[in-house]
Amino acid sequence: MTEQLTIGFLPLVDACLPILAHEHGFAEEEGLALAFQRDVSWATVLDRLLYGHSDAAHMIAPLAIATTLGRGRPAQPLAAPFVLGLNGNAITMTPELAAKVTEPGRLADPATLGKALAEEARARKAAGKRLHLGVVHRYSSHSYKLRYWLAASGIRPDEDVEIVTVAPPFVADAMETGEIDGACVGEPWNSAAVARGVGVIVLATAQIWRRGVEKVLAFRAPVLEARRPAAEALIRAMRKAGAHFVDPANREANAAILARPEYVGADPSLILNAISDRLVLVQGAEPVHYPDFMFQHREAANFPWVSQAEWLYTQLVRWDHLGYSPADAEAAARVFRPDIYRSALAGTGDMLPGASSKVEGSLAQPTAVTAQQGAMVLANNSFFDGRSFDPDDVEGYIASFA
Amino acid sequence: MRIAIVDESATRATIIEEGLAQIPDCQIFVLTERRGLLARIEEIAPDIVLIDLGNPSRDVLEEYFAVSRVLARPIAMFVDESDDESIAASIDAGVSAYVVDGLAAHRIRSLLDLAVRRFNAFARLQSDLAEAKGKLAERETVDKAKRILMHSKGVSEPEAYAELRRKAMSSNRRIADIAEAVVTAHELMVGDSNDG
Repeated sequence: MTEQLTIGFLPLVDACLPILAHEHGFAEEEGLALAFQRDVSWATVLDRLLYGHSDAAHMIAPLAIATTLGRGRPAQPLAAPFVLGLNGNAITMTPELAAKVTEPGRLADPATLGKALAEEARARKAAGKRLHLGVVHRYSSHSYKLRYWLAASGIRPDEDVEIVTVAPPFVADAMETGEIDGACVGEPWNSAAVARGVGVIVLATAQIWRRGVEKVLAFRAPVLEARRPAAEALIRAMRKAGAHFVDPANREANAAILARPEYVGADPSLILNAISDRLVLVQGAEPVHYPDFMFQHREAANFPWVSQAEWLYTQLVRWDHLGYSPADAEAAARVFRPDIYRSALAGTGDMLPGASSKVEGSLAQPTAVTAQQGAMVLANNSFFDGRSFDPDDVEGYIASFA
Repeated sequence: MRIAIVDESATRATIIEEGLAQIPDCQIFVLTERRGLLARIEEIAPDIVLIDLGNPSRDVLEEYFAVSRVLARPIAMFVDESDDESIAASIDAGVSAYVVDGLAAHRIRSLLDLAVRRFNAFARLQSDLAEAKGKLAERETVDKAKRILMHSKGVSEPEAYAELRRKAMSSNRRIADIAEAVVTAHELMVGDSNDG
């Protein structure tokens, strides 16, 4: 019997796995009929999930944690049994700003660029015109990676610059009108700004954290319990879609599907670039290849590491200026559900790690790790400043930023 | 009470505005422009903001409510959890409401109810319009099919129509569907039909 699941999403390339699971028949193979609900704000994606218009949603990972902890609205526990991808965002600046702080046309070194930006930020602040940087949402990985990089470069995100929210499709507009000087946004919206000549890509978020968690597939926790067989079937279908997605032979076909108006609704050539890890950094230039710009499949990229949820919690505490609370830390950690991911894929031969938590940012080179199933090697997962996050000491890590 | 309606559809905003105008002591401001939205909101200092779910500025607005130190009273979407039912109804209708802290719950509820009714009325209007457009297109197809039959079989217009009707009844389909089939078949046989 086929079971129907409705999935909410925002028009971004990293909504690809459920879409391709549907389009290539992997969902059907697993007995699922998928329907999609496209929206243009995270607030609406979340409302529809909470009020049952959708069963699951493509969601910025920090928002799933913030919702569970009741930030901004009454708490509602969400559960994420699948990470839709790592990274895939970039930092784009107006050509004027980029020319001042870096060498446009190549991806900068994050530490060097950070230093130059700190100087410019100070000058602009002194002149009474603080730099304005756009992010897509307060509770987004974009916001946390941008803030992490700024803070480690000596820029206080809430005092030295102004961080504002801009909806992804309007980032290029906002740069053109001078509303913002730069933004951290997902694809294809950086490339869209470059194509219009109003933006220059200077950094990939993968340069800030080589394996940073990005979007998750979120359910309301009670819905996940009630519809667990369907959720597990969807996880299997999305793993198959991921294998198809990362095969270079399928890129053009997948880009054409994702470009359709009912999905991302953008230029297929921009999408093709993003999913091939190719970025045109300045208008008219040849694309630059940055390996693992988007990371949707290899190294069990979809595995919901509890330590990733905990890292996001540390950043939520840091930027919402909260105190560490063991109860909140535990609730945040429970949002990521490796148990369900494991149960879905047990016996399929797919790769499953031995542990459910790891020290984030500890690997400088490919390292074999114990696996429950399959052989598993994890590559470099470092933060640009060389720090690492040990989930055994969440409180100490938070305190180290004070 | 100051109410701001944020809607990029000017028609829908007007329909909601009309509905809310019945409420005593209330001033309504309609914002249809995305640019400069936050500055306008700041100027208006509303007690309630209504914004449609399809509006791309929702995240921008929520962020503003979350961080703004300008507004004397904080604004939130959810006043208290007992409002859940009316919030669910508003989400179903496609509108979200942000309300300043301290506004009486019964005032919010009646206002939200009105907004929801207006949103639903607009949605009905839209679907009526789509239906009317569909009917018009169907009538054109039937006319085309009649002309094809008149032309190829040399029958009169009533006879052509009677034939479509007979075929529809015997095959248990709609006349419009039969007409569609006739037109498609004709296009395939003759090529692109300008004669039909």
